[in-house]
Amino acid sequence: MTDCYKERKENEMEKKIIYLDNAATTKTKPEVVEAMLPYFTEKFGNPSSVYGFAAQNKEAVTEAREQIGKALNAPAQDIYFTAGGSEADNWALKAAMEAYKDKGNHLITTKIEHHAILHTCEYLEKQGFEVTYLDVDENGVVDLNQLKASIRPTTVLISVMYANNEIGTLQPIREIGAIAKEHGVLFHTDAVQAFGQLPIDVVAENIDMLSASGHKLNGPKGIGFLYIRKGLKLRSLIHGGGQERKRRAGTENVPGIVGFGKAVELAVAGMDAKMKQETELRDYLITRVLAEIPYTRLNGHRTNRLPNNANFSFQFIEGESLLIMLDMKGICASSGSACTSGSLDPSHVLLAIGLPHEIAHGSLRLTLSEETTKEEIDFTIEQLKAIVANLRNMSPLYEDFVKKQKK
Amino acid sequence: MYTEKVMDHFTNPRNVGEIENASGVGTVGNAKCGDIMRIYLDIDENQIIQDVKFKTFGCGAAVATSSMATELVKGKSIYEALQVTNKAVMEALDGLPPVKVHCSLLAEEAIHAALWDYAEKHDIKIEGLEKPKSDIHEGEEEEAEEY
Repeated sequence: MTDCYKERKENEMEKKIIYLDNAATTKTKPEVVEAMLPYFTEKFGNPSSVYGFAAQNKEAVTEAREQIGKALNAPAQDIYFTAGGSEADNWALKAAMEAYKDKGNHLITTKIEHHAILHTCEYLEKQGFEVTYLDVDENGVVDLNQLKASIRPTTVLISVMYANNEIGTLQPIREIGAIAKEHGVLFHTDAVQAFGQLPIDVVAENIDMLSASGHKLNGPKGIGFLYIRKGLKLRSLIHGGGQERKRRAGTENVPGIVGFGKAVELAVAGMDAKMKQETELRDYLITRVLAEIPYTRLNGHRTNRLPNNANFSFQFIEGESLLIMLDMKGICASSGSACTSGSLDPSHVLLAIGLPHEIAHGSLRLTLSEETTKEEIDFTIEQLKAIVANLRNMSPLYEDFVKKQKK
Repeated sequence: MYTEKVMDHFTNPRNVGEIENASGVGTVGNAKCGDIMRIYLDIDENQIIQDVKFKTFGCGAAVATSSMATELVKGKSIYEALQVTNKAVMEALDGLPPVKVHCSLLAEEAIHAALWDYAEKHDIKIEGLEKPKSDIHEGEEEEAEEY
């Protein structure tokens, strides 16, 4: 190790991290960890066992299920724990399409879903199912008329995400639920980004199935759930023991479930204050960036978006370079750039809202938490201004643009 | 994911800029793939590259390979510059992650494009230099995905 390298590493250790990637994952709250800890070394029993020592584990699982059900206005027994959001998405789509084969083989979703939905749809297409991918407008909102026009007699399921993970846009879930109900079609929503951030009511919004994940709301990783409305004849995901009403066999992840329950309890209790605080800071960030960095656009709906999400495209520069430069200043962010994913295509979401490739490549997602401070945002904006200017200086696209302007 | 050398050349890129009335200019890549590289060469009457500058739109590896490529051709004859391969650029950077190897191809291609432009402008033929491809990703096969 060279001295220079050592010195840099040491500086990095001292450097304060500004974490602006809460859509990727969140910090597990200390209260959540505390609630989980006894279930490793003390209360380690298997909830399925008969003796009293294990009964407390069954109770803990039941309590978490109730906390989650309450947050959605759903009966506790309609919550089925999974290992995460992707598992819940896979289960909902595959099982519903298989179970309702007699009715038809058609599924409607959108072009901006998470890959847990899109790649499952591709798999289903290979199995002979038909999938319609709805367009979105420039803000990332689905067109309800196109949705209505896409419904066929053979349509089994509509799956539309609650809020988009990249650009934060919220979908008209209640309206989609009403359309689905009117046409006798099932409605699933991937609420991984929205659950715990926004109030959700599965009854009022006519949601038949809903996926969510623990680690997006300050809970632990490796735990999620699928809400399945009572009466849906969905196939079991994992066959085995009687856990999760026989639909998802396997000994319960008790510490994960307890932690998830605690995280939901905290999220619900603090939701209004958190939404208000994050929205204010998000709007401050958006306003300043758009005003102070030229040739920048905001991706996603200006107001109808997740309280903690800001997504920008900086013309003439590439996202990965931007991320590395920000990282060197201790700022953790994310991009829809192709280079961050290892493929050559930029984000399917940014392309779906109509961005040309070169602008989609230069995108930046900043997602706040309730711990994000105004000072951190100010520091980030100052760094962004300098980095964007520096990268533009290096960009042949910017050079061409400037020369064209002079003419 | 990047080596120290890549990070060094990305954060302190050498030879960024433009050359007015350059002897040769080459631009390769396309915005669709997310990287565009432009190289300016200043070549004297003895066919020695006196100065070289670059501008790059792309990821950290694209910037670093541009920077390293300019270092490797500076002061060299046009024939020596022609021998600077993507492998040489990669080795000089202590390697690149597999998904970024195309960036080093882009650097090689950009130098060739600038030399081609020089040859055309001066109406000479450079032995061993082929007309550069406009898009270096042409012909690359997409990885098969399994579901």
